Amino acid sequence: MTLQRCLYQVSKQLISQRFILQSSVRQVLCKISYKYSSNTEKKFSDRHEWVLVDKENIGTVGISKYAQESLGDVVFAQLPDPGMQLNAGDECGALESVKAASEIYSPVSGTVTEKNKEVEKKPGLINSSYYDKGWLFKLKLSKPEQLNNLMNEKQYEEFLQTDVEKDHT
Amino acid sequence: MICRNIIRSKILARIQVRCYSDVGSSKKTPLYNLHEKYGGKLVDFAGFLLPVQYSDMTVSASHLFTRNSGSIFDVSHMLQTSVSGKDCIPWFESICPVDLQGMSDGSSSLTVFLNQKGGIIDDLIVTRVSEKQLYIVSNAGRLDVDKSHMIETSEMYRKKNKDISIDFFDVTQRGLIAVQGPKAVQNIQRLTDTPLENLYFMTSRLGSVAGVDCRITRCGYTGEDGVEISIPAEKTERVTEALLLSDDIKLAGLGARDSLRLEAGLCLYGNDIDEGVTPVEANLTWLIAKRRRGEANFPGAEIILRQIKEGVTKRRVGVRMETGAPARKGALLKSLNGEVIGNVTSGCPSPSLGGNVAMGYILEQFKKVSTEINVNIRNKDSPCKVAKMPFVPSKYYVKK
Repeated sequence: MTLQRCLYQVSKQLISQRFILQSSVRQVLCKISYKYSSNTEKKFSDRHEWVLVDKENIGTVGISKYAQESLGDVVFAQLPDPGMQLNAGDECGALESVKAASEIYSPVSGTVTEKNKEVEKKPGLINSSYYDKGWLFKLKLSKPEQLNNLMNEKQYEEFLQTDVEKDHT
Repeated sequence: MICRNIIRSKILARIQVRCYSDVGSSKKTPLYNLHEKYGGKLVDFAGFLLPVQYSDMTVSASHLFTRNSGSIFDVSHMLQTSVSGKDCIPWFESICPVDLQGMSDGSSSLTVFLNQKGGIIDDLIVTRVSEKQLYIVSNAGRLDVDKSHMIETSEMYRKKNKDISIDFFDVTQRGLIAVQGPKAVQNIQRLTDTPLENLYFMTSRLGSVAGVDCRITRCGYTGEDGVEISIPAEKTERVTEALLLSDDIKLAGLGARDSLRLEAGLCLYGNDIDEGVTPVEANLTWLIAKRRRGEANFPGAEIILRQIKEGVTKRRVGVRMETGAPARKGALLKSLNGEVIGNVTSGCPSPSLGGNVAMGYILEQFKKVSTEINVNIRNKDSPCKVAKMPFVPSKYYVKK
């Protein structure tokens, strides 16, 4: 009996340790992957937003080249205010061109830390500098692992090709 | 929510150039190949493949180019109809409040098909070619409705041994282009012997353009001077290419057409007018010709004449916003007290003026120009004012 109980205890410990180890290894790997890959490249959503995350876990969000081309001259930008809590996929603002209105969706979850006041004053920056000065807002990511659900630039290019083809058949 | 869905469907249909209606079944206009050649971004519009814009210019740039120089719009999707017979004028006057009897041969007029309640079935341009012939251009979106309306009403006339025959031109038979802008007419004049200096606004005549027999009508949908040219389908491309040889003239798409007509205060059927509103409510009372008011024999005459005399509860007005987000179709208009007093039927940013322009229906007591109101966009009230239309002064070539 005693031996049995002892064996049971040991095996339970081992199992839980393995779990702890596994999860911590996973965490470390995750962190490494953000530090050395994710945060150096833009990630794209299927709704044509991009997000670029820095070492402090702050993501900068904008719209893709394709999106700004489709929209045409942006004449008005309504951006989310700092402090706003967003879930991935939440509608958080809108861009208006002569042609139409287009909602902005957050590609990741987090809390808005800053909006681009320059873009509010000069919405044309979204067309002229879509990957740089035309960013829309920044947010502190609450679920950085969501970045894995987004596409890198190459995948996004492929997505556009198939998506556009789909639209024309 | 409905508004949001409309906006979203607009994005999908217009921005991402997605066409949920089956593009495969969309009809091609005689300029289809030309659109492809010049980089037209084609979408399905009322069952026809038409360009929203071309790759050389953004919608705003194309809009401004039209106002400053000249643009060609493919409007071949519109229904062109020829009516002949000695009773064509009495028949047409039985379905529209226009005074064709009082018009001279070769003159044109905007008018409306009315239902028995005075609602607008469609708006159209009718030309009195002669006492025995009419030429009509009506909306593609109402093609089937217009056709059956004309067939059914003329059928009743024919049963009384009246002489009317109707020919609908299919898109495979005739093309139609609108050439609009301050430099439009001078560029057409180079290609035709027909003197255009005495072709005034809302007059029409036959003439050869670039060696092709056409009908030239001085009218348009932009507020600018210009013409619409009806051309045999197989020669539409030739005439268009001849015009495009000039640097003054470029192709423009549906995007610019919409913002231009809005600045000009012109209605888009299905948005700003429909069967649920009368010409009086739509601020188009001037379409009820004086003679016809006296005769009171057009459809819905009783209701319309009463509205003219006693007034209406809502009216189509212009709405101007100097800054902020543009109000689109469906946006609610509110009084400064916060009560809902109307809704926007179409709106967009104004490339010519900056800020935004819109039109919509508002309760009669708020219709006065400069009345301060709010418009609700994405759950935010933004200040705006009731404004005079056209927003941009019209440049029609009117006889002085």
